[in-house]
Amino acid sequence: MADSTLPIGSAIDLTPPSEVYGTWLDVVNSWVTTVDHKKIGLMYIGYAAVFLLVGGFEAILLRIQLAVPHNNFLSPEVFNRIFTMHGTTMVFLMGMPLVIGFANYLVPLMIGARDMSFPRMNAFSFWMTALGGLMLYYSFIGGVGLQGAGSAPDVTWWAYAPLTERAFSRGHSTDYWALSLIVSGFGTIGAAVNIIATTLCLRCKGMTLFRMPLLAWLYLVVSGMILVTISPLTAAQIMLCVDRYLGGHFFDSQAGGAPVVWAHFFWIFGHPEVYVLVLPAFAIANEVIPVFSRKAIFGYPAMVSASAGIGVISLSVWAHHMFTVGMTSAQNAFFVLSTGLVGVPTGIKIFNWIATMWGGKIRFATPMLFCSAFLIQFLFAGLTGIMLSTAPWNWQLHNSYFVIAHFHYVLVGAIVFCFFGGFYYWYPKMIGKMLNERLGKWHFWLFVIGFHLCFDLMHIPGLLGMPRSIYTYEPGRGWDTLNFIVSMGGIIQGIATAIFVYNLVYSYFKGEEAGPDPWDAWTLEWATSSPPPEYNFATEPVVMSRRPLWDLKHPEDPDYRYEE
Amino acid sequence: MFGGWLQRRGPGKAAYALLLLLSSVAHAAWGLPTDTVVHQTPSTFDPHSGPAHMIHNLSLFVIQITGAIFIVVASLFVYVVIRYRQRDPNDVSEPPQIYGSTQIELAWTVIPILIVLVLFLTTARILFAIEDQKMPPAAVDVNVVGHQFWWEFVYSKQGFTAANELHVPVSSEQVPMITSLNLLSADVDHSFWVPALFGKIDSIPNHVNHMWFDPDKVGMYVGQCAQFCGVEHAKMLLRVYVQTPEDFDAWVKNQQQPGVQDPAVADGRQIFESQSCVSCHVIRGTPAQGKFGPDLTHFASRDTLASGAADNTPANLKLWIQDPDYVKPGSLMPAMQLSDDQIDKVVAYLDTLK
Repeated sequence: MADSTLPIGSAIDLTPPSEVYGTWLDVVNSWVTTVDHKKIGLMYIGYAAVFLLVGGFEAILLRIQLAVPHNNFLSPEVFNRIFTMHGTTMVFLMGMPLVIGFANYLVPLMIGARDMSFPRMNAFSFWMTALGGLMLYYSFIGGVGLQGAGSAPDVTWWAYAPLTERAFSRGHSTDYWALSLIVSGFGTIGAAVNIIATTLCLRCKGMTLFRMPLLAWLYLVVSGMILVTISPLTAAQIMLCVDRYLGGHFFDSQAGGAPVVWAHFFWIFGHPEVYVLVLPAFAIANEVIPVFSRKAIFGYPAMVSASAGIGVISLSVWAHHMFTVGMTSAQNAFFVLSTGLVGVPTGIKIFNWIATMWGGKIRFATPMLFCSAFLIQFLFAGLTGIMLSTAPWNWQLHNSYFVIAHFHYVLVGAIVFCFFGGFYYWYPKMIGKMLNERLGKWHFWLFVIGFHLCFDLMHIPGLLGMPRSIYTYEPGRGWDTLNFIVSMGGIIQGIATAIFVYNLVYSYFKGEEAGPDPWDAWTLEWATSSPPPEYNFATEPVVMSRRPLWDLKHPEDPDYRYEE
Repeated sequence: MFGGWLQRRGPGKAAYALLLLLSSVAHAAWGLPTDTVVHQTPSTFDPHSGPAHMIHNLSLFVIQITGAIFIVVASLFVYVVIRYRQRDPNDVSEPPQIYGSTQIELAWTVIPILIVLVLFLTTARILFAIEDQKMPPAAVDVNVVGHQFWWEFVYSKQGFTAANELHVPVSSEQVPMITSLNLLSADVDHSFWVPALFGKIDSIPNHVNHMWFDPDKVGMYVGQCAQFCGVEHAKMLLRVYVQTPEDFDAWVKNQQQPGVQDPAVADGRQIFESQSCVSCHVIRGTPAQGKFGPDLTHFASRDTLASGAADNTPANLKLWIQDPDYVKPGSLMPAMQLSDDQIDKVVAYLDTLK
């Protein structure tokens, strides 16, 4: 059945989604065995949300321990495990699945496809990622091993050798860490291959590459980066396992191995990884900011090339994490320059977003609130990044709380903010109900207050000489009051997140009906019902510009007149 | 307009005035000790050596540039948010659609590139000046060896080893004195960080790194390990005592002596030498020759014990020997299971090792 009064009329099938769910087991079975990109996407997102809560809980434990000097809330052993798990969780079990989940859900819908290119590999990728995460957390009970030391890993998330060698890390905790990242890494690579194939091969009629929504473009870049960067990480983990169990000496300094090589392997993964996480946040901003400013994105070709530019340059900046390992001055200078240059395309993006808002009629609904805060916070994070890139000053700032504040500004202030915005924006599409605006505003303002109390002030102890990864600190060094306020800010963010979770549940049952296009938006996912049926579009849509729904809503002034 | 930056030796006069203002604001706001001798707050904005001053000046220059960028872009953002917010929620008309502008986009590509180049050239000049500085033959050489949760300082020219508290001579215009550190590690990665004297440089096994400074003021400077190295990373603290050349020479002379042999504490010494203390610690002139733990030849001359975890008082020392885990949980020193009386005697002995 089709309804010609709806945008791209025949694209919508109004046959109600099957009301017959069968027994509880049938429901479970339908999720476990599904190859539908939307269900897999939702599973990724749900999985990430669970680990967001777990990792956030760990963060609050850490902040309670650090609220006052010489605190005894956590023992050093437990603290070291918790901060290692916090970092690993937030990057690999929260960040990556969240990014891939949104891609899974949105990319096929936005390019007018019925599913991903390889639906079964899609399911396989998800379950690999899921198993990796479960394996990492199983280490809390399984990591003791025959030699009796350790439970969860306690070697930090960057796990510098030789601390990870058997001489210094007994038991199996480090093995769990290495193996679970290898396993979830395979899942990530599968997802990246799938996204690339989907965007290149399954675009609907009329959707040339340069008519793709920016979100699809950014995910194409991100997936390419994943293919390049996950491999060195996996290789390094395998070398580590060889060192630990097969008598290898890659990083084993006691037998002549080179710990610095681990650092290179890790950061050639680790730095592009930051961009793998932040480009999808940009992708969300690229969709939300135009719709809520009521204007087309400013400088679409520049945005595409800036994203590709970030992807390429970010592969050559990794050793700016290593200014203190004793590289030569020429090597250091190279990484100062390359790191500075990555700021240029990033700057272009910020300017283009502001230009998109310029002259618009900005509606500050919750998604736009989050994306606006993202803009200003990301600007700040970029500028502290410039500070960190100046190698001699980096010798002071590296591994201090200044760095912690900087990358949380990126990971929370930019990425988490955008994804919260993304939740408010696409929840109506995914679930069919609007998220409650009132709760959303509480969530936003509390989170903003908590975020700034926590991470603005966190820069200062770093400037005052406080190193990272310490379970306690000496009183009287000028760090005490600041750390206390930072901890309070952390707890406020926890409360705001609780409101968000409540909103997700509350709106699922009591939310307003969303309808297919609640935001008056312009991309294809809004042309089908909410939630979309399994096959997305009853007939394949045909597009003529970057904003197909704008063309339909404004036949007198369609976009394709202005696009080359 | 940018050419001028490249030729100047540093930021211009106006910039320096701003630097001074900023740094005095920073000092006032954070209550940094500027004239006290003991630098208990290891602030990066309180430099006391040549390289630390260069880094400090660079940091103020970068703060000005990034601060200016932030103010300009953030003002634009605030203006846009206020000026272009939707005023009437019932107004459904769409604003004019603008798709881009090559000139404007070119401008905000070229200007950032120029700013990056200026920052790069300034940074590179300071980077090369510090990292490629030639060490004079008269430099005080110290090999710094990181161990799990303590620091070993080997003065190889002078022929002795100290721990956790580094002593170096002050440098002045009349008598320039450069201290040159070779950083090594006995086990895992560590990082040597005393913010007032230099940034941090990692000490890595199988990989010798270098750091130098010429402290400009007598005093005690605190710092600590800055690379996670295991359970007690947090209590791998550091102290640098900058002394007048005379005081430093006197300190070196004393450190070169073998351990004091006071007959009044012969009991304690006998207990120390008959226990496994000797398999980890050196006391020169005695059978104690273990290399695993800190050299104790002049233990009583130090202000702290357990790498700064506690003040070096007899009561703390007793606690430490009784149960190292109580003072520093996870430290690699085992509890020696001595009787109370034995510990008192060992404490009395160690306290004579001036």
